[in-house]
Amino acid sequence: MRYSIWNVLAQGLTGHRGWKPVWRDPAPQADYDIVIVGGGGHGLATAYYLAREFGARRIAVLEKGWLGGGNVGRNTTIIRSNYLLPGNEPFYEFSMKLWEGLEQELNYNAMVSQRGIINLFHTDAQRDAFVRRGNAMILHGADAELLDREGVRRLYPFLDFDNARFPIKGALMQRRGGTARHDAVAWGYARAADALGVDLIQNCEVTGMRIEAGRIRGLETTRGRIGARKVGVAVAGWSSRVMAMAGLRLPIESHVLQAFVTEGLKPFIDGVMTFGAGHFYVSQSDKGGLVFGGDIDGYNSYAQRGNLPVIEDVAEGGMALIPALGRARLLRSWGGVMDMSMDGSPIIDRTPVEGLYLNAGWCYGGFKATPASGFCFAHLIARDAPHPTAAAYRLDRFRRGLMIDEKGQGATPNLH
Amino acid sequence: MLIPHPLLGPRDAQEFVYLGDAALIDRPDGTAAGIEAFHDYLYLRDNPAGQHRELWYHEQGDRSWLVVTRDTVTHEILKAELARDVALARGRGR
Repeated sequence: MRYSIWNVLAQGLTGHRGWKPVWRDPAPQADYDIVIVGGGGHGLATAYYLAREFGARRIAVLEKGWLGGGNVGRNTTIIRSNYLLPGNEPFYEFSMKLWEGLEQELNYNAMVSQRGIINLFHTDAQRDAFVRRGNAMILHGADAELLDREGVRRLYPFLDFDNARFPIKGALMQRRGGTARHDAVAWGYARAADALGVDLIQNCEVTGMRIEAGRIRGLETTRGRIGARKVGVAVAGWSSRVMAMAGLRLPIESHVLQAFVTEGLKPFIDGVMTFGAGHFYVSQSDKGGLVFGGDIDGYNSYAQRGNLPVIEDVAEGGMALIPALGRARLLRSWGGVMDMSMDGSPIIDRTPVEGLYLNAGWCYGGFKATPASGFCFAHLIARDAPHPTAAAYRLDRFRRGLMIDEKGQGATPNLH
Repeated sequence: MLIPHPLLGPRDAQEFVYLGDAALIDRPDGTAAGIEAFHDYLYLRDNPAGQHRELWYHEQGDRSWLVVTRDTVTHEILKAELARDVALARGRGR
């Protein structure tokens, strides 16, 4: 069913009795050309682009829980392409361009809202670094704008501009950045992939891989054996565990990242704001809740929940920037498991097992990458060649010394 | 999380800095091991879901390194040892 205003009106006049399930719930077939492991944003987008752009058929997505139940449902919904390094910026800008056409393409309201994102700076050195980053963004076809102190004040007059430790001197603004409704992104891709004949198989956990003579033949799952010519793994958070079934150790640690939302408030923050020096970022959802977060907890975790010290740290960062935040009551906090890679950048690559492909290592930047990650992973699986914007995301880049380290932290996953 | 420090008793995990897998104690020999062994040591991790032995540094305390055994699924801390003892038992140091 194609959604439109006429559609909604007609259903409204007939008691909404004609809506159909948005996707099928098929039983797994014995054999597929391509199986994607992981029914999150990246896996669903990969399946969609495989069918839509690369003409692949007989595709299945296997999900151990329910579609969109992992990190695509647990993030803070920010989209942006404000990276510095040549290995990253073209990829994220490609993603931003896909976001801009996503809803029309999927015929699904993902609430993409280009409300602008600012990164605050507090010193001359930070300003210089942001000027450099902004120039890099512009050179790669993105948009960037430097705001001075008054420019920030016009947007957000309530910030603590004269904070003794981090006085606000200005910000780097990307006006095309913003937010999107995270669940709707997963549902939109799922619906569009299903319409193209992709089997979305839920409650189907992969328990083993059938590898013969160095080539993937299929998967063992809780719903039986499934044959496959090619397998793409997109299970961020659990990548190490799934790839261990193929005998691989990855340059990844799993860490927990927490996020928070306050009770609904009247419109207060109309864009996205990041306060890197204070380990805090915030936006306001359309429902009114302030959605914010900070650093990862810093220790390996698969728990999907964090500890109180980080909640305190994030709240302190928030109060330092927005003193009025102290009047808002916290409604919820939650955690997601991040694939923290050794250089803070993702991996979209082949593996030593022929026919087995890996999409992993998104750290805490996976949501904004969803469309391009799916497109580039589909390109790799379909053509056995990397998409030009994702050519640097190689699994063996650590061995070859070609790290993409935006933050310059080295092999310390908990600091990226 | 409270870490049962073998010398100081239960201490808040906030006093510590986290480094990672305790296998990092077993650094390969720089002249003999070769580049592959060093690559694996520096970049690859087991990253288990479940019990994990890991290095914590008591920066806000007595500045000792501990090997903490912790469950990465429940955050339960099962054991804490002085990293020095662990390293000596593995034959590190002179």
